[in-house]
Amino acid sequence: MDLLIQLGGREIAIHDSIFNVVVVTILLIIFAIIVNKKIKEASIDDEPSTFLIIVELLVEGIQGLVKSTMGEHNLGFTPYIFTLLIFLAASNLFGLTGLTPPTSDYSVTISLALITFVLSQYWNYKNSGGLKGYLKGYTEPLVILTPLNVIGDLANPVSLSFRLFGNIMGGGIIMALIYNALGYFAPVVAAPLHIYFDIFSGLLQAFIFTMLTMIFIGGAEE
Amino acid sequence: MLQGISNEAFVLGCSAIGAGLAMIAGLGPGIGQGIAAAKGAEAVGRQPEAQGDITRTMLLGQAVAETTGIYSLVIAIILLFVQPLLAGL
Repeated sequence: MDLLIQLGGREIAIHDSIFNVVVVTILLIIFAIIVNKKIKEASIDDEPSTFLIIVELLVEGIQGLVKSTMGEHNLGFTPYIFTLLIFLAASNLFGLTGLTPPTSDYSVTISLALITFVLSQYWNYKNSGGLKGYLKGYTEPLVILTPLNVIGDLANPVSLSFRLFGNIMGGGIIMALIYNALGYFAPVVAAPLHIYFDIFSGLLQAFIFTMLTMIFIGGAEE
Repeated sequence: MLQGISNEAFVLGCSAIGAGLAMIAGLGPGIGQGIAAAKGAEAVGRQPEAQGDITRTMLLGQAVAETTGIYSLVIAIILLFVQPLLAGL
């Protein structure tokens, strides 16, 4: 299912998981435009529709989560955190359609984890007061422990990305094995497993990725 | 005994055994997550009004504890599907 693009006599293959990232992004943009339009049309006098109430509940929930994990002064991160959460939730649930979920490609998860890494390092740099304080933070509590501190920081994006990738990829492989092994009986067994691997595991991993992102960014400024 | 086996088949078989051995690492996260869930249930029993916070913290801790298991899963997936050892032949 790879997409082939001819560019100057050279063929470039685009994996369908990368293609699905664009699909998920376009779907989320359409969702955002619809929400934007409905909120602009809503008047104060009328009773708000169920759709708007759900969206408001979500936004307020994420704001409360950001406030409780990162502190009140970091409320500006709420848009990024919410975007990350709905992007990950949508792309993990994308496996239910039978197409490849975007997060089962390592390049997608490592790029998301690198965004978190760069953000947390930037905040660390900004809050430790210049290059000297930033470098000094790595020599705490002992100078001998510097390599351990550096490795510990570098391990964060690796573990963050592998956790999401491994969960989604592993679930997909187990589902493929079950479909291959059981043949005609697969639809009977597969439905509860889809609920676990795609819905429960997918939503949980999306939540955990955003939670850890918040903790890394929030922890960087101390 | 090994005479009828080609080099590729031998490497592939050893890769499959290695993938199976790598997944033994799944033991550790299982035990750890079970302990975390037990403590979480205890905490809910002691303080039922804080159930939301306890569940959130428990799930977060379990996800972090899962990392070692996921590493072994990634190694098994790489051994089975990417087959890096075949390139050394």
